[in-house]
Amino acid sequence: MNTYDVIILGAGPAGLTAGIYLSRSRMKTLIVDTGAPGGQMNLTEKVVNYPGVLEDSGASIAFTMRQQAERFGCDIIMQAEITKMELEGEIKTFEIEDEGTYTAKAVIIASGGKPRSMGIPGESEFQGRGISFCATCDGDFFTDKEIAVIGGGNSALEEAVELTKFASKVTIIHEFNEFQGHKWAVDEAKANPKINFLLNQKVTEFKGDEKINAVISKDKETGKINTTEVEGAFIFIGYVPNTEMFVNIIKMNDRNEIVANEKLETNIPGVYAAGDCREKKYRQITTSVADGTIASIEASEYISSISDIII
Amino acid sequence: MLRTNLKHIESADEFKKLLETGDKFAVVCGRMGPMCIPVYGVMESLEKKYEDIKFFDMFFDSNVAMETIRGLPETRSFNGLPFTVYFNDGKVVAATSSIQNKSQVKEIIESKLV
Repeated sequence: MNTYDVIILGAGPAGLTAGIYLSRSRMKTLIVDTGAPGGQMNLTEKVVNYPGVLEDSGASIAFTMRQQAERFGCDIIMQAEITKMELEGEIKTFEIEDEGTYTAKAVIIASGGKPRSMGIPGESEFQGRGISFCATCDGDFFTDKEIAVIGGGNSALEEAVELTKFASKVTIIHEFNEFQGHKWAVDEAKANPKINFLLNQKVTEFKGDEKINAVISKDKETGKINTTEVEGAFIFIGYVPNTEMFVNIIKMNDRNEIVANEKLETNIPGVYAAGDCREKKYRQITTSVADGTIASIEASEYISSISDIII
Repeated sequence: MLRTNLKHIESADEFKKLLETGDKFAVVCGRMGPMCIPVYGVMESLEKKYEDIKFFDMFFDSNVAMETIRGLPETRSFNGLPFTVYFNDGKVVAATSSIQNKSQVKEIIESKLV
């Protein structure tokens, strides 16, 4: 049995911040993540609006946050597979495959989000063979080739512009006639001569043989089927919270975001929610860091309040 | 350069010697991007579990990558980082492109290397 004061689920900016604060305040703290440290921060090649950092990659900032947490004594288990979880009661218990059983007096859920998938034929089949979720990673495979970008938010628009550095032509295929991205992002994409637009489309399939060769979409107004011949398709259609394992355990809204109050308390005493996994309006590294700070302080106070009654 | 806790393969000679040993090993060839970092982490987490398998990484933009992993027939159709290649007895037994989670990697190891 491995006993901690606080177990943090997730090693993105919220989880790592909570790990830094709790470890520094001498709370025995463990961060458990099903992936790698950084979470969605790793998706950002260039961060220029994080106060105190002039310009750096999200992965680099995440690496420094991890070093800070570990320097204060925070333990971290990456690539964890949680096989059993008990959040009710004063002692919270987790079983982690290949690692053992872990308990804590308080838990901070900071499980973040993940890119939304389309769930259509060809999407998983051609991942790594034309389908990509990362322009920075895979853009150079499509030098002088025609590609598609699926989506109409800031990420899709910005990445489409980024991809014109490599591709000969970028077709943005979007579900609506209007874009969800900010005006500056829309204007920048529209001004780029390599970008054209296919709007009001429902993408139905990615076709190909060994690699993808076309995106099939249907015009939502006319019903016309469009075949966009491309050698690559980048999907940027938003994010969904990583909260599947808490369904029917923690109170959530209809988007599966965890509902927490101003103290970031969930409906279970001693369980807090921080970062992109919770219901909130703004999702930035800065807002996640703020959440991690608040949740860690509240968790500390909670532990102090129950310490007299836990043996 | 790669900032991971895996052993890096940095020369074609090193890679050739590994092949010649006939040992079981996996190489994650990538950059420090969001699709690559989780796969390095998966390999790190499996090092203890599979002690008879060696886990390495290789910087995608290096000469050694051009001369080895990127030149393999098994990776010719790959368009997503990282390229992960599994070897046994000096031969490629599996290869994947783009991000893979721990279960996917374990499935390959269990079916091809164990």
